[in-house]
Amino acid sequence: MNLTQSTLAQQLAALRSKEVSSVELVTEQLARAKALNPTLNAFVSFQEDSALAQAKQADQLRQDGSDAPLLGAPIAHKDLFCTQGHQTTAGSKILANFVAPYDATVVENLANAGAISIGKANMDEFAMGSSNENSASGPVKNPWNLDRVPGGSSGGSAAAVAAGMVAAATATDTGGSIRQPAAFTGTTGIKPTYGRCSRYGMIAYASSLDQAGPIAQTAQDCALMLSAMASHDSKDSTSAIEGSEDFSRLLDQDIKGLKIGLPRAFFTNELDPQVATATQQALAELEKCGAVLVDIDLPNIDLSLPAYYVIAPAEASANLSRFDGVRFGYRCENPKDLNDLYERSRSEGFGAEVQRRILVGTYALSASFFDAYYVQAQKIRRLIKNDFVQALSEVDMIASPTTPTPAFKIGEKSDKPSDMYLQDVFTISANLAGIPGLSMPCGQVDGLPVGLQLLGNYFDEARLLGVAHQFQQITDWHTRRAEVSA
Amino acid sequence: MSISADQVQHVARLARLAVDDAQIPGIADKLTDVLNLLDQIQSVDTQGVEALTNPLDRTQILRADAVTASNDRDNLMSNAPAQKDGLFLVPKVID
Repeated sequence: MNLTQSTLAQQLAALRSKEVSSVELVTEQLARAKALNPTLNAFVSFQEDSALAQAKQADQLRQDGSDAPLLGAPIAHKDLFCTQGHQTTAGSKILANFVAPYDATVVENLANAGAISIGKANMDEFAMGSSNENSASGPVKNPWNLDRVPGGSSGGSAAAVAAGMVAAATATDTGGSIRQPAAFTGTTGIKPTYGRCSRYGMIAYASSLDQAGPIAQTAQDCALMLSAMASHDSKDSTSAIEGSEDFSRLLDQDIKGLKIGLPRAFFTNELDPQVATATQQALAELEKCGAVLVDIDLPNIDLSLPAYYVIAPAEASANLSRFDGVRFGYRCENPKDLNDLYERSRSEGFGAEVQRRILVGTYALSASFFDAYYVQAQKIRRLIKNDFVQALSEVDMIASPTTPTPAFKIGEKSDKPSDMYLQDVFTISANLAGIPGLSMPCGQVDGLPVGLQLLGNYFDEARLLGVAHQFQQITDWHTRRAEVSA
Repeated sequence: MSISADQVQHVARLARLAVDDAQIPGIADKLTDVLNLLDQIQSVDTQGVEALTNPLDRTQILRADAVTASNDRDNLMSNAPAQKDGLFLVPKVID
């Protein structure tokens, strides 16, 4: 039986019943991923040797009567996560030859749970982008329509899951980089509460916003993945003391009486009318299950986008100063002095969007503008957080479209950076506030998937996943797969 | 507001990025586009609002000051573009 396009839960059931061995499953999954990759470009590298060796070990463990939550199941890691002894590029030329000297904590946690990484997923360079066009390895194609972007920055992870190259993948979300590509590819993804997953070994973009999470076909699979990924980690000083929990525990809870807030501002701003219709229909389904819909106001929400595009580039400019051509990464040819080495290694190694964000961030942090931009943006961040705290004291969660439009065409938004930034308008506020957010497929517009976003209270991921699972019991959007052939 | 060629050069120097003179007008245009978006925050009254630095409003968790990692020097240096005798090599800084 070919299980390569099944869900993670189905694959695990087949492994447990010994219907399939891990070696068989990993071999088939790798074959499918490698066959489709020239078309989709979702992977930047494969880990064939280590994957097969780990699969053999997993089969042996199972033979010996052991089990683990994800034992023997193939997954993929976004290439932002350090994987020991394996190339880790962050989608950048500056790290083209970088071999990670250690595993990220998320990578280690998944390995300890028995998961097997078959390869590293393509992404926007340093997780900066909403289309996966900013990758040194080239753009990822959307499996639903090869002329369209899969979203970003976790575009490779999302496309790989959508095309059944792998059942589940790690991803990261600084302003929407899990949820927007999940929406564009008909997959399910969750950005947990800030600090839920360790940032150790996850190459930094904006440290006060970055958070790891999974992308998979279903909420149930996301719960399996997140339960393994999350942990309190002494190697990340902002890692939350709460650590992990069983994120599957509320999957079967019914949603009668659940109060869902609908932010008025999200249902007017730049929203494609067909996306609005799909969203309303999805909300009506939730209502049929007993959810109560309430209009809410988030008075400062319109300031999310400008506040984010001050804070994220400012933090990025500091984080990316470590790429200097001295200790690791790309070094320019024949530097004439140390400064030339720094400047040319960085300019030749970083792509255009990364350099743009470094410049914006450096400008915002420079002495004469520090208070006007960075400190002001952090104060606005407080106002936005307060809006969510207030709203979530009155409702259980908040729903909105994940993105203003379905997937756009490759090259369509290359003229003005601010056009691309508007992609994040519904997602970035969750990163600013630090609350968890999920996207699940809720409809289609002209054959392209549309996502519904659910935002919840701090550390309330299990309930978000539960509501998404209940939605996926009465709808079949998450089961629809893109037709893609090698 | 729009950003001038001189400002682009200044910021690029601070960020240790080399920009060609020919690229500057294009960079200035795109930075102006971004800064116009950001300038929406300038007019917001934030008097008395405390800046938010950690979204959970928590302080960092400190661990005990004890040696935990082993010396991994060779492994860590294996990614260096140029090295000799366990040291990183850079162009001559002092004549």
